Amino acid sequence: MAHGIKRKQHLAAYAFVLPFFVVFAAMLVAPLVYSGYLSFFADRLIGGVSFVAFENYLRAFQDPGFLAGLGRTALFLVIQVPIMLGLALFFALALDSGRARGSRALRLLIFLPYAVPGVVAVLMWGYLYGKQFGLIGQITNALGLAPLNLLSNSNILFSIMNIVTWTYVGYNMIVMYSALKSIPADLYEAAEIDGASQWRLAWSVKIPMIRSAIILTVIFSVIGSFQIFNEPSLLLELAPTAITQSFTPNFYAYNLAFVNHDINYAAAIAFLLGFVIMIVSYVVQLSTQRRERLS
Amino acid sequence: MTPQMTVPATAPRRKPFNRERRRSNLLTVVMWLCVAYFIVPLIWLFISATKDNPDLFSTFGLWFGHDFNLFANIHDVFTFQDGIYLRWTLNTIMYAGLSAIGASLLATMAGYAFAKYRFPGDKALFSITLGAIMIPLTALAIPTYLLFSTAGITNTPLAVILPSLVSPFSVFLMRVYAADAIPDSLVEAARMDGAGEFRIFWQVGIRLLGPGIVTVMLFTLVATWNNYFLPLIMLNSGELYPLTVGLAQQEATSAAGGGAQALFSTVITGSVLSIIPLIVAFLYLQRYWQTGLATGGVKG
Repeated sequence: MAHGIKRKQHLAAYAFVLPFFVVFAAMLVAPLVYSGYLSFFADRLIGGVSFVAFENYLRAFQDPGFLAGLGRTALFLVIQVPIMLGLALFFALALDSGRARGSRALRLLIFLPYAVPGVVAVLMWGYLYGKQFGLIGQITNALGLAPLNLLSNSNILFSIMNIVTWTYVGYNMIVMYSALKSIPADLYEAAEIDGASQWRLAWSVKIPMIRSAIILTVIFSVIGSFQIFNEPSLLLELAPTAITQSFTPNFYAYNLAFVNHDINYAAAIAFLLGFVIMIVSYVVQLSTQRRERLS
Repeated sequence: MTPQMTVPATAPRRKPFNRERRRSNLLTVVMWLCVAYFIVPLIWLFISATKDNPDLFSTFGLWFGHDFNLFANIHDVFTFQDGIYLRWTLNTIMYAGLSAIGASLLATMAGYAFAKYRFPGDKALFSITLGAIMIPLTALAIPTYLLFSTAGITNTPLAVILPSLVSPFSVFLMRVYAADAIPDSLVEAARMDGAGEFRIFWQVGIRLLGPGIVTVMLFTLVATWNNYFLPLIMLNSGELYPLTVGLAQQEATSAAGGGAQALFSTVITGSVLSIIPLIVAFLYLQRYWQTGLATGGVKG
């Protein structure tokens, strides 16, 4: 009897997860496997499509365009992610301390850019940067400063970092702020009464308590950085010399597939990119775990 | 994310204490200065939507131009190419709406099952779902395009909606949420009363999962609404474009210059109009997504 009930419940559970996993298999697993499969072939002028084993991957490792794109992404990761998450953490702690006036309005206004579609954000910043009627140019002009070309080869990466920071600080802030809100107050009420400063409180109580939320934001930022596509794709028109075909790995994969029609190599690049992301996210998790064990 | 899964149940929300504590003027000033960075670009965009093309070039960006042209611009937006902007808007609503409803339904059912049932293979299936959060969706877009083109469904709405139905993070969020929101005792009591498993889900589960479902729906809605890469790859006829691809193409035409320059004010006004529904949705539903995100963040 009890066995029959258990069985009925198992069946119900499978029925609940089935629809998700059917779509999961079709829309996630199948393309992933297909991409892996494609990456082992090459389409040549002479001889057509043939199995080439790891040749596409070897080619990628020697492809200066791909490597430069990967390096650019790594640079982006090392500079932009700490700035963005540092700002988000500062804002979250400041709002949580309740010492700034108008906290509620501040929170919503900082979050607002997240509701702006990426495409609109890039178009808008493109206009702001641009020479034609850019606000930044108007301001530097009015102040009598030398015009700053934000779309030049050496500045474009930083201009893109700014767009991404602008869009995502608020989202990350909300994740951290929500985590801060769920720390039980008595944990640091005592410290506050003892006269511990807000900085000390943040550093020794609050930040350790929201570690898991912070790690979550780091991992999502890593994944996001490696997938940058909108910015180079939409700024191309404004900065045609600064943005190369392989500006970011994702943009490169797109160009390989849809401009060069080199599907197999594009699949290899996409697959490699996924692999790199998994490794970096894994390293982030692993390093934070070790720190936890040591402390 | 996996290692943090065992964090204990949510602590009671902190009570507001010490309300009359010291305000800091310095912090207030610093914070409002920072807010300027987030808001000034949007103010510029809204003000620019009230200008005609010559004013865009000749007047200062943060103040109004010689004429107030907002309504003329809106008229231009909706009459451009026989009103294709309205078409793009409807497409966006359809793609984002169907994807959000579908993805939330799938995620809610799966998350509920992972939270409330122990069944053979549950741990393995959940680990696979967690691992999939790391898979960059854009790495999948190109092979998905190739598979879809074999199946003959590229350049149809399905090509944009189907891939958007999978949201592993939503499953994770719903599992965490359901574990807290639905007491086991309630499920047991319903079983004692002779309710079937599906009835329990529809009548007990769904009701208690409300805020979680709204959060997941809102974020999948935004993800699809804002998606550019997928529809760019999948669609090639203008009348199927969502707003993102449509606006980007319009901008490209506009930037290509020549006689088409008159488009700048149209693109800017079109951009402003496309943001408004999402801002309204976020403001209106803030109570939900803020608690929903707390669940994901605290236990993430």
